[in-house]
Amino acid sequence: MAHNGDALRRREKRRSILFTLPMALFAALLVALPLIYVLGTSLVESGQDFSLGATFTLENYRRILRADYLLVFLNSLQLAFFTTVISLLIGYPFAYCMARAGRKWRFILMMLVIIPFWTSALVRIYGWKILLQGNGLINTVLKRLGLIETSIKFLGSYGSVLLAMVYCMISFMILPCHSAVDKMDFTLVEAARDLGAPPWRAFLTVTLPLTTPGILAGCVLVFVPCVGIFYLSDIMGGGLMLIGNLIRDQLLKVRDWNFGSALSMVLVLLTAGIYAVYRKCGGKDLGVF
Amino acid sequence: MTAKRRRKRKLFSPIYLTLVLIILYLPILMVIIYSFNSGRTIGAWQGFTTSWYTRLFGNALMADALKNSLILAVLSSALAGIIGTLGAIGLTRSHFRSAGLVETVATLPMMIPELVLGMAYLALFTAIGVKLGMGALILTHTTFCIPYVFINVKSRLIGMDPALEEAARDLGASPMRVLRDITLPLIMPSVVSGMMLSAAMSLDDVVISFFVTSAETTTLPLKVYTGLRSGGTPEINALSTLMLGAIFLAVALSQLLRARSDKKLNSAQ
Amino acid sequence: MQEVLLSLQHIKKDFGEGEVLSDISLDVHRGEFVTLLGASGCGKTTTLRIISGLETADEGRVLLGGRDMTDLPPEKRPVNTVFQSYALFPHMNVEKNVAYGLRLRGMDKRAIDKRVREMLELVQMSEHAGRMPSQLSGGQRQRIAIARALALEPELLLLDEPLGALDLQLRRQMQVELKRLQKQLGITFIYITHDQEEAVNMSDRIAVMRSGRFEQIGTPEEIYDAPMTRYVAQFIGRSTILTGTVKSVSGDTAVIMDENGSYPVDATRARLVPGKVCELCVRTERMRVSREPVPGFSLPCTVKEARYAGGSVLTYVTMAGGAEAVATGEERMADAAQPGDTVYLCWNPAQAAVIGGASHGA
Repeated sequence: MAHNGDALRRREKRRSILFTLPMALFAALLVALPLIYVLGTSLVESGQDFSLGATFTLENYRRILRADYLLVFLNSLQLAFFTTVISLLIGYPFAYCMARAGRKWRFILMMLVIIPFWTSALVRIYGWKILLQGNGLINTVLKRLGLIETSIKFLGSYGSVLLAMVYCMISFMILPCHSAVDKMDFTLVEAARDLGAPPWRAFLTVTLPLTTPGILAGCVLVFVPCVGIFYLSDIMGGGLMLIGNLIRDQLLKVRDWNFGSALSMVLVLLTAGIYAVYRKCGGKDLGVF
Repeated sequence: MTAKRRRKRKLFSPIYLTLVLIILYLPILMVIIYSFNSGRTIGAWQGFTTSWYTRLFGNALMADALKNSLILAVLSSALAGIIGTLGAIGLTRSHFRSAGLVETVATLPMMIPELVLGMAYLALFTAIGVKLGMGALILTHTTFCIPYVFINVKSRLIGMDPALEEAARDLGASPMRVLRDITLPLIMPSVVSGMMLSAAMSLDDVVISFFVTSAETTTLPLKVYTGLRSGGTPEINALSTLMLGAIFLAVALSQLLRARSDKKLNSAQ
Repeated sequence: MQEVLLSLQHIKKDFGEGEVLSDISLDVHRGEFVTLLGASGCGKTTTLRIISGLETADEGRVLLGGRDMTDLPPEKRPVNTVFQSYALFPHMNVEKNVAYGLRLRGMDKRAIDKRVREMLELVQMSEHAGRMPSQLSGGQRQRIAIARALALEPELLLLDEPLGALDLQLRRQMQVELKRLQKQLGITFIYITHDQEEAVNMSDRIAVMRSGRFEQIGTPEEIYDAPMTRYVAQFIGRSTILTGTVKSVSGDTAVIMDENGSYPVDATRARLVPGKVCELCVRTERMRVSREPVPGFSLPCTVKEARYAGGSVLTYVTMAGGAEAVATGEERMADAAQPGDTVYLCWNPAQAAVIGGASHGA
């Protein structure tokens, strides 16, 4: 049934669509289309381009099931998991202290956290390389203190890769946790204390549950990029093979684009799966803190 | 809680904060310090020099990379600024059927691994014959910058009192006039801070640039990356230091803007 | 009869979750102060937004001075609004806020300045012209919002709970000022509030709304003295509502009986026939208690509690049938009845209204 103001509403809607059009075009042509193309490439036989004449196959996906490839996935997931846990253990207390600091300090602290967040991970990891090398600051200090005789070879170890990962990702944990703690009403903790809860109990029963959304967001924001990262273990040395490295090698060394595409699609699915679980758990929009 | 324990807790917080911040900044500091090291390798300290910077500025390839990076950052953040802002206004002001889909797909680059997107671009561009190089760089950088502007502006729009726009309509402003007089001035700080972040992201990007650039076009982060893969040189340190400085400025500026506009809007409600 | 300025005709609105407004009609006369009164969610704000054009009615027409405005966008309607949140533009100073509408009209700079100065004087804010909205107090923002809306000399000013955010004292002061402004300028006001005291104090007429309908439209006196429905009787003022059956009618008086006893009502203002069920609303301040039985009334009750209410004592009683009532009595607690005492309720039959009956004047 026609209502008053239908024409007006239609005009408003048209304007909205017009405004959104450029973004929709970018989304369609430069996000959806490339991903669809990768999906297509992953579904045709090795060495073929994705086109009408190509032979359809699931072989590329079947190849992933080989033990050594599965191990790569497992390695990546394990590293991502450790990184997330360590980031949480270090980042949450930091975010908590930050949110409870004075007004003036909070702004400065925020800046100090955000700056590394936006600076090149590459450059920062390079800094660690300088610190950790055989004649670097850490070895020198340890030697001067008489704790060690010969330099420890930090670079290339699993620990050094993990350190670099945590270092790159921790801002993603701190920011959402901080905003969760910051938004929390601390009279609730006072109420819990008033009702007889000792500080640790008040923390476990009030603060922690109320800041869980921030923790969840932080974990997703750390875990997801960790799975896909590829140049970190390269720079730290040590040759730890991760999904990212595997995909890059398929593209640039082996030049098997179809298999590389299949690996990428699995990676995307993995990411989508994590987001789906996150959404199911009641996760909010990620992105603004 | 005893007085002693309370004092302990009061001490814990600043010590912990400082410790983490030191660890956070120590590597950055190392890069900066070693950019003044006169030694050829990144090894031991061999005295102070600024020669790496002089060399850097004398290097025509570097100058080219710098020029490319700046053009790329400015153009892609400007494009993302316009497209993302329009999109945020369109999507928050009226709901049409595919709104959710557009939003999800447009913000996807923030979520999926860069590597996947990078290879997807390379595969698609080669297949349909898009020339790699500056044009491709601008298009792809704009794509991954759009979400930063979009999300910033959208959250500001949602937080804005709808009565402000209605009041302007009520006082006689046409919808376009409301956009110009009320909406845009009020979201401008978010637009600018989104664009600053975009510029920082663009100045920082290695992975996607790596895939869509041509042999003739190179950017600063790509220079750093290739330099690091071959072990790193003090010249790369100097370059990194300059990039750090630029990003530091961009972030500081965007944060200040955001804080200022937050204050203004909050106190007005 | 004065000229009808605004006419709402059979307005319907549904946001997709049930009807918010179900077929409402209202005529507002030029120069009138009409209040839409109701609890939150009753549709009063939607009604206001339909008048201003910020919302469009699904069905029905909005006429202003005889002209159909139903399809006009808000910017083309000679109607202005004072928003509940004031909606002052945070990036413009006081002067620019007030001048905004005038600038849109394309007035020349000098005329705008003059008008802005007049308006700021009118709301006594001249010395704050250069301030930003964030530097003003709630009451000051309120004044600027009013000045901004009045600057355009609207035929009709809509006010959406404009005093809602102010504290009680400032609220009372602004009530007086708003009323003064309205009289002085002769502009028609449509005012929204959920505060019945505010409505009674300020309005020429009140429209009581409930779930998207008007329960009653009338002068404050009519609404107060002759509520048309039980809801209106309960929403405005404090009262006791007695439900009983008409036993007999003789001349101007009818006798009503219920499980609590029997009492007389004024039969001139309602069509009462023996056997009919009748609801009577007795205002708390008109309800009395007596220690002796009162002729005509047979309403014995037990005192539950007596409470001092500033200038008078409120006596809470339980009637014989178990119903509760409140009466206003003595000036001092010392004279009040004690809990457990037996007292008798009474009132002046001319001052109690049969719900749904006609008003005093009619």
